[in-house]
Amino acid sequence: MFEFVDVVVERDRVRALDGFTAAVPGHGVTAVFGPSGSGKSTLLRLCNRLEVPTSGRVSFRGADVAGLDPLRLRRQVGMCFQRPTPFPGTVADNLRVADPEAGEAQMQDVLARVALTGSWLDRDATALSGGEAQRMCLARTLIARPEVLLLDEPTSSEDAAAARVIEQAVRELADTGLCALWVSHDAAQVARIADRVLRIEHGRCLGIEPVPADPDAGQVAR
Amino acid sequence: MNGQVSWVGLVTSLALVAFAAAISLWQRLGLERQVLWSAARALIQLLIVGVVLAWLLQPGRSLWWSWAWTAGMILYAGDVARRRAPEVPRLGILAVAAFASAAVITLGVVFGLGVFPLQSRTLVPIAGMMIGNSMTAVVLVARRLVDELRDKRDEVEARLALGQPSRQAATPYVKTALRSALSPQIETTKATGLVFLPGAMTGLILAGVPPLQAVLVQAVVMFLVLGSTATTTVVVALGLIRHIFTPDHRLRQLPRRPELAGRA
Repeated sequence: MFEFVDVVVERDRVRALDGFTAAVPGHGVTAVFGPSGSGKSTLLRLCNRLEVPTSGRVSFRGADVAGLDPLRLRRQVGMCFQRPTPFPGTVADNLRVADPEAGEAQMQDVLARVALTGSWLDRDATALSGGEAQRMCLARTLIARPEVLLLDEPTSSEDAAAARVIEQAVRELADTGLCALWVSHDAAQVARIADRVLRIEHGRCLGIEPVPADPDAGQVAR
Repeated sequence: MNGQVSWVGLVTSLALVAFAAAISLWQRLGLERQVLWSAARALIQLLIVGVVLAWLLQPGRSLWWSWAWTAGMILYAGDVARRRAPEVPRLGILAVAAFASAAVITLGVVFGLGVFPLQSRTLVPIAGMMIGNSMTAVVLVARRLVDELRDKRDEVEARLALGQPSRQAATPYVKTALRSALSPQIETTKATGLVFLPGAMTGLILAGVPPLQAVLVQAVVMFLVLGSTATTTVVVALGLIRHIFTPDHRLRQLPRRPELAGRA
């Protein structure tokens, strides 16, 4: 799905990625795992062109992303950020930012995927709790029907219960064909949700390997 | 008297400056030097402008000199805006473009439709009021827009990540910035005549012009200022968006205000 060839991202003379080379398969959940400052978020932002490489090449389905229409690419490759970013207005207003044509049934359906009900549509999005807002943000991303989902530590500020809801929702989406890249520095979470793990350190890829099924990790149902 | 001020009158009025400096000394504000310096500087600047205007407004002087003066004011105003908000990218050029646009529109209406006769006597002061009164709004809209986009970067990038073009993603923040820059002028316009008597009208009455005529002139000036403030702020806001976002709809890194840069 994504291919990175000798990618360098340099800001203020500091290299966030330093010759990163890897190929991410187009199915299941790929966890991007590494310590803080290893370049995980930068890697994700290259996939939807919120960031561009200083050198090297990033490809999406064989095409250099530098040559793709960034707006179309971002509708194909949805992103959920580390901190929830509700826009002013109701939950329905937020969903309509992603899909202005969305009807009520469609909005209720997408809310159900993140364990929220249709009664939430009229609630003030900026008054939601952190966990609720993050689920709403995930629903907002999903209503645009992306083919790929980028998740930048979406549960890092959530309690365990809220985190499990998001994990379950993404796992179910992955099982129905959506490809997901999930940035995490939580090994137990990686074991629960991922099909494979891409290890990153000092801006370089240390390899991609399958995640073995671990009954002790409390794996999310697949 | 007919509103004329003698040199003796001017020197007498300096007692008020001394009074302001005395308050600073009494309250230990440490502002007395600034009070004296600002008054001296304003007086010198006004005297220089007075001499130049006297030359400019001499009968028979070509109107082109007044247009050149107007162009000079626009260039200088752009430089002042740039220095007031150094953290805003390319504000100098944008402000010049904004003042020039406002000049075309407002002076076009005022002179093109015959509200005032096009003469040096009318062109220079009206252009000066248009530029001077828009200056604060230009700096305000530029600073507010950059602050909004920098402080709400996560929200802006979330909009971009949903596939919104940069112009659309920036719209809520442009609206906020425009409202904050235009509101003071709208409030001033609403309060005119009730809360305060504006400068142009007061000056005309002091100079012996009948009050009703002074009111009509002031009304035109107020509308001119309102129009120019709206024009300059919208030109600066929309122009800034083109510089703050890349052509491929990414938000550039935005520096903090110099006075806030050291804070956490």
